[in-house]
Amino acid sequence: MKISQLKKTTRTDFLTYAGVIAAFVIMSVLQSNGSLSRSLTGQLVPICCYMSMAVSLNLTVGILGELSLGHAGFMSVGAFSGITAAMCLQNTISSAPLRLAVAMLVGFVCAAVAGLIVGAPVLRLRGDYLAIVTLAFGEIIKELVNCLLVGHDANGLHIAFNLSGNMTIDDLHLDPETGIAIIKGAQGATATKTIATFTAGFVLVMLTLIIVLNLVRSRAGRAIMALRDNRIAAESVGINITKYKLMAFVLSAALAGAAGALYGLNFSSLQATKFNFNTSILILVFVVLGGLGNIWGSLIAAALLTVLPELLRAFSDYRMLVYAIVLILVMLATNNPTLKSWLSRLTGRGREKEAA
Amino acid sequence: MEFLSYLISGISLGSVYAIIALGYTMVYGIAKMLNFAHGDIIMVGGYISFCAMSYLGLPSVLAVVLAMLVCTVLGIVIEGLAYKPLRSAPSLAVLITAIGVSYFLQNSALLIWKAAPKVYPPVVSGSLKLFGGRLSVPYVSLLTMAVCLIIMVGLTLFTSKSKMGKAMRACSEDKGAAQLMGINVNATISTTFAIGSALAAIAGVLLCSAYPTLMPTTGSMPGIKAFTAAVFGGIGSIPGAFLGGLLLGIIEAMAKAYISTNLANSIVFAVLIVVLLVKPAGLLGKYVPEKV
Repeated sequence: MKISQLKKTTRTDFLTYAGVIAAFVIMSVLQSNGSLSRSLTGQLVPICCYMSMAVSLNLTVGILGELSLGHAGFMSVGAFSGITAAMCLQNTISSAPLRLAVAMLVGFVCAAVAGLIVGAPVLRLRGDYLAIVTLAFGEIIKELVNCLLVGHDANGLHIAFNLSGNMTIDDLHLDPETGIAIIKGAQGATATKTIATFTAGFVLVMLTLIIVLNLVRSRAGRAIMALRDNRIAAESVGINITKYKLMAFVLSAALAGAAGALYGLNFSSLQATKFNFNTSILILVFVVLGGLGNIWGSLIAAALLTVLPELLRAFSDYRMLVYAIVLILVMLATNNPTLKSWLSRLTGRGREKEAA
Repeated sequence: MEFLSYLISGISLGSVYAIIALGYTMVYGIAKMLNFAHGDIIMVGGYISFCAMSYLGLPSVLAVVLAMLVCTVLGIVIEGLAYKPLRSAPSLAVLITAIGVSYFLQNSALLIWKAAPKVYPPVVSGSLKLFGGRLSVPYVSLLTMAVCLIIMVGLTLFTSKSKMGKAMRACSEDKGAAQLMGINVNATISTTFAIGSALAAIAGVLLCSAYPTLMPTTGSMPGIKAFTAAVFGGIGSIPGAFLGGLLLGIIEAMAKAYISTNLANSIVFAVLIVVLLVKPAGLLGKYVPEKV
């Protein structure tokens, strides 16, 4: 079967998969040649995580049409539950890739539960209110993890809440021989074994893409998009609003959790403050710049914008300022009516040529 | 006595939130946008008044006026350059632009004033001793409450009585109809931004007088809290922002004093979520049913 005979959406999906695979192969070859700079090599796994985060947030913001400002909160849930799982299973599962997979699965499930708890009551609210509640949720998770003390020893898992602010990891009374401290309150997870690899990142991005693209092209996906376009019309043709909203939101949270687990296992030390409001916004910027509902746009925006601050090193102190200006200018340019009509004329002409 | 002093510090903090929230709610009401750069205008107001007092040696009243002037101009310029071209764009595009402006202001401040925190000289010092010295109320708290009340009453009168205020309410209800009635919508929106920014400057001075460390990120957390306060009271409603700000401040102070310092913000946000679930439009917001 020729590619041109496929449906347009299928063709785009295949091209997206092919693009990700090609990018992975190229980066792997470059990495083994040693032609990647050290800072870029260190960013390969975070880039994969951010790509996956961007695609999953696009499911909520672009496909479902609800604004979420707390996506980093789900990432945080996934990261810390994933780290805990990986550290606990250190002796049980000796193979690192398998342990990583289990940790990501744990992150996926925990974030899904968090998504369900947040989403079930809140998705009834309309407009910008979901945005506020997800923002609030992100801040709550940040503070809760900041108070969390987790350790593991031969007797199992020890968890304590540092409400008063003067407990330390010693209060868990871990067995001195087999005990390991996993999360130390405000210090976060320290001395984590970094088992994340670029290959795992690639697999994560591919799985996220397969799940999201297949959902979007399915009956459920069409129902979700119908909700976004006109809630009342969708309700009147018998679409179960709560069910589909929750489906998209929980799946988006769960995928963020899996990405978070990979992200957490890529750094030997990680604090809860890493997943603050700014991180949520950063991911939202990927989604909006890449185009709402446009999956491959999210991928490219996530990769480019993660590398951009590095590329702007030449500006040294001014680089975040330049980043801000680039952000504003891109938003102004992409929403400029003159530029838009000029672009559509350009692409329109391109199509005519193709037809001829 | 202890309870009373916590209550007073809560009301004082809440008054600052209320002043910031008023700016948020007015801009949201009229431009239907979440202006995330609002918190950073507070920070700019703080720095300008700091420079005026510490480097130029101006008296505090003049410093406040100068901060208000600079922030008003800044608000109008930001609105004109960044938000006006996006009037008809999707709301998410405007949101991202506002975030870009917020980054821009923070990083400009970082370059101009450096990352090291500045110690802010309070505009008024000392405190009032009550009950034979058992309860001490800082004059800054009294000033903050008084200023907040004056602003609240002033804004309510302004929006209900003056011509510009009526134009603002008309624009927030229906821009198209307002334009047909001969209201200059663009000028009205610019005025709203100007008022909101001037309020942010006042809030910046009061906030820094109460918590005297000034950094480029000083404004972001109070900004988010004030935004929460605006939603809490019902976004778009002026008395709602006032009430929301006060309640938020009191809840935060009480949570810090009696439950846990570490979880104070979480408790504030949890209360917000519960209130939104019971009253989806906020405490004083009007619930508008959708018509088909």
